[in-house]
Amino acid sequence: MAGQSTRQSTGQSTGQSTERITLAKGLNLGLRKAMEADPKVLLMGEDVGKLGGVFRITDGLQKDFGEDRVIDSPLAESGIVGTAVGMAMRGYRPVVEIQFDGFVYPAYDQIVCQVAKLHFRSQGRIPMPMVIRIPFGGGIGAVEHHSESPEAQFAHTPGLKVVACSNPVDGYWMIQQAIACDDPVIFLEPKRQYHADKADLDDTVEPAPLFTSRVVRQGEDVTVLAYGPTVKTALKAAEAAAGEGRSVEVIDLRTLSPLDMGPVHESVRRTGRAVVCHEAHVNLGLGAELAARVQEECFYSLEAPVLRVGGFDTPYPASRLEEEWLPDLDRLLDAVDRSLDY
Amino acid sequence: MDGTAPVGPGAGFGPDLAEVFGPSQQHGGPELVQLLTPEGERVEHPEFRFDPGPGVAEDEAIRGLYRDMVLVRRIDTESTALQRHGELGIWAQLLGQEAAQVGAGRALRPQDFVFPTYREHGVAWCRGLDPLKLLGLFRGVDHGDWDPKDVNFGLYTIVIGAQTLHATGYAMGMQRDGVVGTGDPDRDAAVVAHFGDGASSQGDVNESFIFAASYNAPVVFFCQNNQWAISEPIERQSRIPLYQRALGFGFPGVRVDGNDVLATHAVTQAALQRARDGQGPTFVEAYTYRMGAHTTTDDPTRYRLSDDVESWKLRDPIARVEAYLKRNGLAEQSFFDAVAAEADELGVRLREGCKAMPDPQPLDVFDRVYAEMTPELEAQKAEYAAYLSSFEGAH
Repeated sequence: MAGQSTRQSTGQSTGQSTERITLAKGLNLGLRKAMEADPKVLLMGEDVGKLGGVFRITDGLQKDFGEDRVIDSPLAESGIVGTAVGMAMRGYRPVVEIQFDGFVYPAYDQIVCQVAKLHFRSQGRIPMPMVIRIPFGGGIGAVEHHSESPEAQFAHTPGLKVVACSNPVDGYWMIQQAIACDDPVIFLEPKRQYHADKADLDDTVEPAPLFTSRVVRQGEDVTVLAYGPTVKTALKAAEAAAGEGRSVEVIDLRTLSPLDMGPVHESVRRTGRAVVCHEAHVNLGLGAELAARVQEECFYSLEAPVLRVGGFDTPYPASRLEEEWLPDLDRLLDAVDRSLDY
Repeated sequence: MDGTAPVGPGAGFGPDLAEVFGPSQQHGGPELVQLLTPEGERVEHPEFRFDPGPGVAEDEAIRGLYRDMVLVRRIDTESTALQRHGELGIWAQLLGQEAAQVGAGRALRPQDFVFPTYREHGVAWCRGLDPLKLLGLFRGVDHGDWDPKDVNFGLYTIVIGAQTLHATGYAMGMQRDGVVGTGDPDRDAAVVAHFGDGASSQGDVNESFIFAASYNAPVVFFCQNNQWAISEPIERQSRIPLYQRALGFGFPGVRVDGNDVLATHAVTQAALQRARDGQGPTFVEAYTYRMGAHTTTDDPTRYRLSDDVESWKLRDPIARVEAYLKRNGLAEQSFFDAVAAEADELGVRLREGCKAMPDPQPLDVFDRVYAEMTPELEAQKAEYAAYLSSFEGAH
């Protein structure tokens, strides 16, 4: 199986209706489907109306669904999330767009103290079916605050669910599934992938459940755990490693809270080695939790310590340095080698 | 400059701020809307008048407001006593703010919705919420054990000002539900967002003003300016009277005597009707005074003069209604006796009910985190349950 991609649908195809889409298009189509399916779904954010968002994810939706359902907000992130809380209490399903990852912090209090806790505080009487979409990660040559990876801060917060899509087809399905979820979902979108690659969307194929991880490339020697933008990095690394006779299994985690550890444990018990790769700072990042869970469950199977490859423990650098700072194919392969040589 | 304007660093840039907190402002200033003086005399106001609503006699309505305030004060004093006896962990006192809360609470229609802070015990009373429910939070057995949908009264919110955004969003939802500006008095609805003078400095409160103004949301921002944010006086929060801030956000503001239940009722009623009619938000500053401490953990003797408290005792919200009713022969002594007896009964019920509240069970903590519990939390619960059961039978 080494070197063979198994990146394919998990369900049964029953039709021929395929379309070639980008991640941006997948998200746009998914949002449209969710709005058609449920009149209580509202979109709100900065520039999401006529402009269609700075990344054009909501392109054309205000024209078709009106200003009451696709709401251009004042420039105040706490205001966006806080008013969305009130709308959810009134029975709506708000989907809010945070324009860039680094701008979510003004809304941090509303997210961790209100969105995450209202269901708990109210003993289940106030559900919070809200989706907070955040374009995240770097690699687009942006100025400061536009390339952050804040996922651990939200995954650390009980009451939130956190997912990250990595490809166009997942974007299409996962946004619909997140909107249908009765719990608040932090929905992370790898912004550098928005307009990068295309994939075939077959609308008739049943998607995998939202809170599940997926093996996207099978291998035998080492397991690489990735999500969002680093899935592509991991697949490239696995391809390169295959050329050197090393068989790398890649898992797209997709869900960060809750973690779906079943496929991870199964994989690591086979390979005996695991490397986690994310753009976020390594210190206290998702990799730390993954390493802890793997050693708790796969202790006797491990042939090497779980290694982590990620952003350095510094603020995100000026963009001319970001390709050095971000985990890339070479740094990931270096970690794979260290794991195998241990 | 014509030579008569003040010359100095501030000349040409608006009013002399030294006058804003000068003697003329001591009890609310000339803008204060008042319908019943501290001495219990009715006074006219050109824009606001007390309207008990259709089919209700005015005297009967005022007796009702008196009863509400007496019972609400008993909830407060009884709860303070329960804290002193160790039955509550803490209590946020409302002493002195009964008129602000009862006036605002009784101006509501059933379809209106209220977002409280953690001190709106009087509004809760007007919404028909059992006051025992309020005690759970302060006793530490829950975070608010009532269904907001049952009484159209949200859960207490501890983070200062956060609920004003929820109120605005809820009001935006009402707009989308078509329950604003239809002209049907049983259908049109509005929201009241409660907060205090300290909260007026919070970003969330200011953002809620901006959102409400931008979308013309049907929300009444009801600020009880009780002069103190724990130890910090209002001068630390604002250099102008709070109600004047509203104009900068693009909607009207009014300052009402917060110790005058007829005035707070009249002003809130008018503001709610504007909102229900689709005319957007209003800022109501209920000018009052926190007669007690911030909470039972606070010690106001460290930061304010007892002379101030004494002067506000003369403006007591209940005493002026009692004086009005008695002087005008609108209530017999038997009425006052009956209200006092009812308050005593309420006190007994609160004491006994508070002590009888069951403690929450350890495993309960897992159950309401999510609408759909995660497998990992289920596993953690099972692990903890097994740990707890390992002690069964042990001594």
